[in-house]
Amino acid sequence: MDDLLREFLTETAESINQLDVELVNLEREPDNPALIASIFRLVHTIKGTCGFLGLPRLEHVAHAAENVLGKFRDCELVVTPDSVSLILASIDRIKSLLAALEDSGQEPAGDDAELIDSLDALASGKAVPVDATPNPARIQDLLTPAQDAEGPFDSKLGRALRPGEVSLDELEAAFQAAAAPQSSPGGVATAHREAAPARQEVARSATDSSLANQTIRVNVDLLENLMTMVSELVLTRNQLLQMVRSLDDSEFTVPLQRLSHVTTELQEGVMKTRMQPIGNAWAKLPRLIRDLSVELGKKIELQMLGQETELDRQVLELIKDPLTHMVRNSADHGLERPQERLKAGKPETGHITLNAFHEGGHIIIEIRDDGRGLDVGRIRAKAIEQGLAIQQELDGMAEQQVLQFIFRPGFSTAAKVTSVSGRGVGMDVVRTNIEKIGGTVDLKSDKGKGTTFTIKIPLTLAIVSALIVECVGERFAIPQISVVELVRVSEDSEHRIERISETPVLRLRDRLLPLVFLDRVLALADEAGSNRKNEAFVVVVQVGSSNFGIVVDRVFDTEEIVVKPVAPILRDIALFSGNTILGDGRVIMILDPNGIAAAAGQQAGGEHDVRSTEKRQVGQSDERTAMLVFRAGGPEPRAVPLALVARLEEFPVERIERSNQQILVQYRGRLMPLVMMEEKYELRSAGAQPILVFADGDRSMGLVVDEIVDIVEDRLQVEQKGRKAGVLGSAVVAGQATEIVDVGYYLQKGFGDWFQAASEGAFGEVAAKRRVLLVDDSPFFRHMLAPMLSVAGYEVTTAADARAALRYREDGQAFDVIISDIEMPGMSGFDFARAVREDERWHATPIVALSSHASARDFERGREAGFSDYVPKSDRDALLQTLSATLAVRGAA
Amino acid sequence: MKETSTRNFVTVTIAGQLFGIPVLCVQDVLGPQSITRIPLAPPEVAGALNLRGRIVTAIDVRRRLNLPPRTDGGRGMSVVVEHRGEPYSLLIDSVGEVIEVDEAAYERAPATLDPLWRQISSGIYRLDGELLLSLDVDRLLDFGNTTMAA
Repeated sequence: MDDLLREFLTETAESINQLDVELVNLEREPDNPALIASIFRLVHTIKGTCGFLGLPRLEHVAHAAENVLGKFRDCELVVTPDSVSLILASIDRIKSLLAALEDSGQEPAGDDAELIDSLDALASGKAVPVDATPNPARIQDLLTPAQDAEGPFDSKLGRALRPGEVSLDELEAAFQAAAAPQSSPGGVATAHREAAPARQEVARSATDSSLANQTIRVNVDLLENLMTMVSELVLTRNQLLQMVRSLDDSEFTVPLQRLSHVTTELQEGVMKTRMQPIGNAWAKLPRLIRDLSVELGKKIELQMLGQETELDRQVLELIKDPLTHMVRNSADHGLERPQERLKAGKPETGHITLNAFHEGGHIIIEIRDDGRGLDVGRIRAKAIEQGLAIQQELDGMAEQQVLQFIFRPGFSTAAKVTSVSGRGVGMDVVRTNIEKIGGTVDLKSDKGKGTTFTIKIPLTLAIVSALIVECVGERFAIPQISVVELVRVSEDSEHRIERISETPVLRLRDRLLPLVFLDRVLALADEAGSNRKNEAFVVVVQVGSSNFGIVVDRVFDTEEIVVKPVAPILRDIALFSGNTILGDGRVIMILDPNGIAAAAGQQAGGEHDVRSTEKRQVGQSDERTAMLVFRAGGPEPRAVPLALVARLEEFPVERIERSNQQILVQYRGRLMPLVMMEEKYELRSAGAQPILVFADGDRSMGLVVDEIVDIVEDRLQVEQKGRKAGVLGSAVVAGQATEIVDVGYYLQKGFGDWFQAASEGAFGEVAAKRRVLLVDDSPFFRHMLAPMLSVAGYEVTTAADARAALRYREDGQAFDVIISDIEMPGMSGFDFARAVREDERWHATPIVALSSHASARDFERGREAGFSDYVPKSDRDALLQTLSATLAVRGAA
Repeated sequence: MKETSTRNFVTVTIAGQLFGIPVLCVQDVLGPQSITRIPLAPPEVAGALNLRGRIVTAIDVRRRLNLPPRTDGGRGMSVVVEHRGEPYSLLIDSVGEVIEVDEAAYERAPATLDPLWRQISSGIYRLDGELLLSLDVDRLLDFGNTTMAA
């Protein structure tokens, strides 16, 4: 028997018992409208469920009874004992059908026409044949109900009783006997009083719901209460254990151990009473899908995996609606119509798969469809339309981030509102509901292949596992669900806190992990206090899809805690999600990682939002750049793009001269200025001083460094935060957090005004400077190239994308040459070149392409689009040569 | 004929001043407790403590009344009251006794009293040789607004 049917039987058996009682009450108070309404509801529910489960006999009987009850309710019929008897007869019929259903798993064959006819007759206002005289012979028959032949004749029904059926009079009498024995009419009652228990015996053993007897319905509040009590018991037990642990060989040890075992079992038992298979939340989905497929004209198959996965009923209740909503969405938006599917080369029938499973103390629920996937373009357009973002923001966003917009309030991409979805309420509510129970929801979408939503929720809300940490002598709990890992950091270990422009970070498996000092966000210490620590622990937590580290002083054990809400006056503090009492009886505050992330973002002045730091990456992620790694003025590594370095030199210290507050060295027959990374930085006192030489034409400048570490070719992901003069940002180079040095800054520092003079000498007048427009979406390259070009004597204007560049055209600006990146979000370099060529204003301006992809085909394509020349990215000499060559050609032309 | 009614108060002392808390508000009287500090909480909140499995927010009444912290080294006591269904523990210097006062001895707080004090007090009772300032627990705990006003 399937679960649905079993649940139906249990539930219906209860409703029927309740019905019996209420019907009898009705007879006593025929005018009680509340009672009638309640009876009507019960019968109506039975009818509805039967229809849903495809049980026609039950449905028809219940339907006919409901009609009569409806008339009672609407006061079209007067409640008489006879009519109640007839209803009771139908209830009995339902009972007998249910019994057969339970035995065989299906409805027995048979005909209820007579019963239904009399009910209909009653409903239509006709009198029901009345014969109140009971037939004693029937009682005998009742004791052997399982007859093949027709049962005894029932005068009230106007027909013979069927197998399993019970006469109305008998029943009535039984009820009267049970409810009010004194009021039973004399002799008849006596006869029946004996028969009643007998009948019940027989009926029960033969037919009555044994399932109903195995389960009882308990008020949820009672369970909740029990759970709270057990939780308290667990906490008290923990407290006791801790006290006894400190005593050696106490007489309490053994009994306490037993108490502990029993408590654990009790806790598990109570937890189990609250556990329900997730299939319960899914039970209505097949029907929903069936209806939807008819309504939407789609062929949909619903597959449900892991239905037996159990979770707390409170959690279950809370995810029921979001789940239904998401499945509905998948059917409506996700899956295509059969024709479209065939056109796309997919089977006509769309699949929606629900999959639930346990994973590390959480339940993961996946809702997957093989439909068209989310339309990123439309989400972008919609986001702009609704003012949720501007084009520039969207351009910088990864697809995954754009998809997150569907969780924003009021966001719906459904082109039209159907009765099913697209009403603009939905995914935001889904996310809110899931987050309310400490869960997360994520989605993946493959265009043309389908969408997968992944919901991660805790098993139970009552008791959660929490990591206890200490900070400035105070202890706090961090819910284990958000803790990814723990890292011990100290000055001399592999992991240490590094700083980039005052922002603490931790290098963790080639990623920079933003750090938050707990003592600072909690205002327990100032910055100096946070910095003094030699040793600390980093609790890596996950918030949304990004991680960050919370720096604490110590980490204790994990403990099972019961989350209690904080007092109302403390609710404004977003850093705490609740509080609890620990094993030692102390109150402890539970930290909310979401709140900490938010607070940390605010502390950095909004400029530096911890959660989005990782996403704000600069530079193309697939480009490998050769970097020269060195140390200067501190232990932290720094790096410059190798392409910018002319030579690496070492000069004996005694050759370094000081003149007019400048440090100089004779180099290739000229004086080369030396620049320090930091003002207070000292030259070596003896030996050789390593110098990075940056050259520009016949001028050179040296950057004084402590040590050249390595040359590394790596993907360069520069994260920009807290701009500092001379630093472009930080990046992981060869697994180390590294500051990327802004060479342009030092070039200007080195050449200073004497370069200015030289350039004037070379070009005559400043006004004669050639104007260059540099278009590159990567701030890193803009920052690197712009100063370099300006040092080389060009007047540089930068644009972050093609559209911004074209705006200069609209503003009437003119340039001598345009340097443009090829790969840019929005309008590509090729499109940009075409756009430039199409319009008269910049028609003749040469465009030099900058790209990391240097195949002949790209080059050809670039020429076709209108590029004049092509330079590989970060080959600075080639760029300068090309620029002068291009301009020379143009000058000659 | 004037009918005299009486009211019952638990008397507490804060910085030498006698206060009365309506006896029906009081749930518990506690000795010194270990209190967990709550960072970022309003300054009046001393922390939270565990009262037989219930978490109770401790309010530093001295702080609430703008009085300096205690200097005599005493550890103080607490009176637990309920406010909108939540328990609060009021940290005071010491607890006296339960007294019955005559409504006839009631007087409104003088207009010259510190506005902050007047706000949290529902009036003054003239006792023999002493004045009892009756504390209005609701207003005492409603410090989000009063601190602004004061």
